Amino acid sequence: MSDDLALDIQNPVMQLLRQDRIPHIWCPGCGIGTTVNCFVRAMLESGLNLDNVAVVSGIGCTGRVAGYINLDSFHTTHGRAIPFATGMKLANPNLKVIVYSGDGDLSAIGGNHFIHAARRNMDLMVVCVTNFTYGMTGGQVAPTTPLGPTQTTMPYGNFENPFNLPFLADACGAVYVARWTVFHVRQLAKAMKEGLSKRGFVFIEAISPCPTLYSRRNRLGDGADQLKYYKERSIVKNGADTKDVGLTFQGDITVGKFVDRERPTWLDSMNGHFSTHFKEKYKIYGGSHGED
Amino acid sequence: MHADPKGVLTGDHFIDGDHAACEGALAAGCRFVAGYPITPSTEVVERFASRIPLVGGLFIQMEDEIASSIAILGAAWAGKKVMTVTSGPGLSLMMEHIGLAAITETPCVFVDVQRGGPSTGLPTLPAQADMMQIKWGSHGDYEIIALSPNSPQECFDLMITAFNLAETYRVPVFFMMDEVVGHMTERVVIPAASEIDVIDRKWTRKQPGEYKAYQTDDSLVPEMIKAGDGYHVHITGLTHDERGYPAMNPVAQEKMMKRLLNKIRLNKDKLVDVREDGVDGADIVVISFGITSRVAGAAIEVARQKGVKVGHLRMVITWPFPADRIRQLASRVKAFIVPEINMGQMVLEVERAVLGHASVISIPHAGGTVHEPEVILEKIMEAAR
Ligand SMILES: Cc1ncc(C[n+]2csc(CCOP(=O)(O)OP(=O)(O)O)c2C)c(N)n1
Ligand code: SF4
Repeated sequence: MSDDLALDIQNPVMQLLRQDRIPHIWCPGCGIGTTVNCFVRAMLESGLNLDNVAVVSGIGCTGRVAGYINLDSFHTTHGRAIPFATGMKLANPNLKVIVYSGDGDLSAIGGNHFIHAARRNMDLMVVCVTNFTYGMTGGQVAPTTPLGPTQTTMPYGNFENPFNLPFLADACGAVYVARWTVFHVRQLAKAMKEGLSKRGFVFIEAISPCPTLYSRRNRLGDGADQLKYYKERSIVKNGADTKDVGLTFQGDITVGKFVDRERPTWLDSMNGHFSTHFKEKYKIYGGSHGED
Repeated sequence: MHADPKGVLTGDHFIDGDHAACEGALAAGCRFVAGYPITPSTEVVERFASRIPLVGGLFIQMEDEIASSIAILGAAWAGKKVMTVTSGPGLSLMMEHIGLAAITETPCVFVDVQRGGPSTGLPTLPAQADMMQIKWGSHGDYEIIALSPNSPQECFDLMITAFNLAETYRVPVFFMMDEVVGHMTERVVIPAASEIDVIDRKWTRKQPGEYKAYQTDDSLVPEMIKAGDGYHVHITGLTHDERGYPAMNPVAQEKMMKRLLNKIRLNKDKLVDVREDGVDGADIVVISFGITSRVAGAAIEVARQKGVKVGHLRMVITWPFPADRIRQLASRVKAFIVPEINMGQMVLEVERAVLGHASVISIPHAGGTVHEPEVILEKIMEAAR
């Protein structure tokens, strides 16, 4: 699917990619490029002033996304994209800040930041590419790895219970939670576009193949075979109860928009609270280009 | 440029070092602090949290020090002057982001109110035992700047210097307090905003097409932009080229590393700040920093009354280390005496500078309190014999 990123200057998507950095590092058949294509389309359609958009990644194959997006983009440390993005967003509330990273990055080493950003309803859109493994480091077990498949550090098959990330995000207070696979490019792009228009903690999980490591080790074929699996076994259930959307090895994949609600963001709460407390002495923070 | 009056609490105050440090940061223009509570540093963020709503800025208590130490970097790239505040255990958690700040050249101030360690150690009691950790604790080679205040007044004054240096050199700057300085209450005079000089990072005037994030002139310090300015920069913790793009090869690594180190190393004469008292003509020189300089001062006074020619060299800036000055003195001084509240850290730097040309006497202290002046006096008298 990464062929979608092949050089095509006419393609409007290209202006949002750093063409001087292509070819990208992703393997043939990897799904990360497909998610990027959806993301860029979503941004083009969002109507946002793209100069005000910042993309923040952690470390991993997905962590390299920031480096290919031709916008203010930050490649930080493993697991810490969310707190970096939090600082950036709070320092200038006029920015639209997107976190784009891998499932291991966001839910293992970065798990603590994830739950707290959702709890605070930090105004960030978090795109999580879930490939059920640690791609960058060679296919170790991730907190999302379902029971069963072999990983280099689970050589006899994974016996650890995985996270159901939409459930986690929902339970912690995210205002928007959706999951799609890279087979569902239109739906994924639409979810991203919707996510970009929301205020608050938005979580979008993109299920994506890692043919080089996860598929090969578990004899799941190539990228196309995984797409076939996504196509055949995905069940669209908008509004599904997130506690029911956990995944099993090569089992059904519940996809859809699970959560869409309103909650005051952290900044809304701070400004509201201080306005009540200090009355007219308080000047709304972030009112004028976030300079105050 | 003068300080923004909104952050300056002009007047005479009777406050402790932690509170004074917070006022220094506000006067310096710090408008974003992320922190996590830890004794004996917490008062700094507590005061910031109470002051900042009406100054105009923001405090957030993050979920841990790892988060705090990177939230400030995100805020710095959005244009704010930033600080985080911690003590030993929290500092240990921050190490990875000292390296990220160094390689991305993000202006930031880390306040460390030192307590006894290792581990949880002595939460409520002083030490000066993080001096090597800040210099070497993050992996790889990097340079930092560190300041060691010895009074609440200096917690205010030097904090402004700390921010100005972070903005000028785009390195992490460490404000190395200790529990005693942090909790000691003294008179602190805060001048009018118009009497406080503050420095801003060098913002680029180049247009988006011509700007490169890490292109530099002779100063070796690149010009900065902030997210949202339309420059579409890429900033990474990977080794990068002038554009900021990953460039993972030995040539790019050497080029980047040399500049990162040289922007401090080639400016060390400008940066070094030692306060000397009676050093010229002295047989013995006591080298001190932070709270220990006050105890040493008391011991030196008594020794002088006893007829010993003893000088005092106090490091206000501890990193970069004033090696050149100490090497100069080594040819004519009999002995250097180095009291510090750790088991012998900065004394290693003194030995390196002295190169055997004079004797170097360490007065270690395991922490928990300051030295007894008598212990320092005794060493001075011994050395004089
Ligand atoms: C502190 C730290 N620990 C470990 C690593 C090594 N590391 C780099 S990427 C990665 C995991 C990547 O997996 P994931 O986040 O799922 O992303 P993917 O590569 O699959 O897209 C690890 C463990 C690191 N860079 N930093
Ligand atoms: S290792 Fe896996 S996740 Fe990484 S680029 Fe290759 S296919 Fe994609």
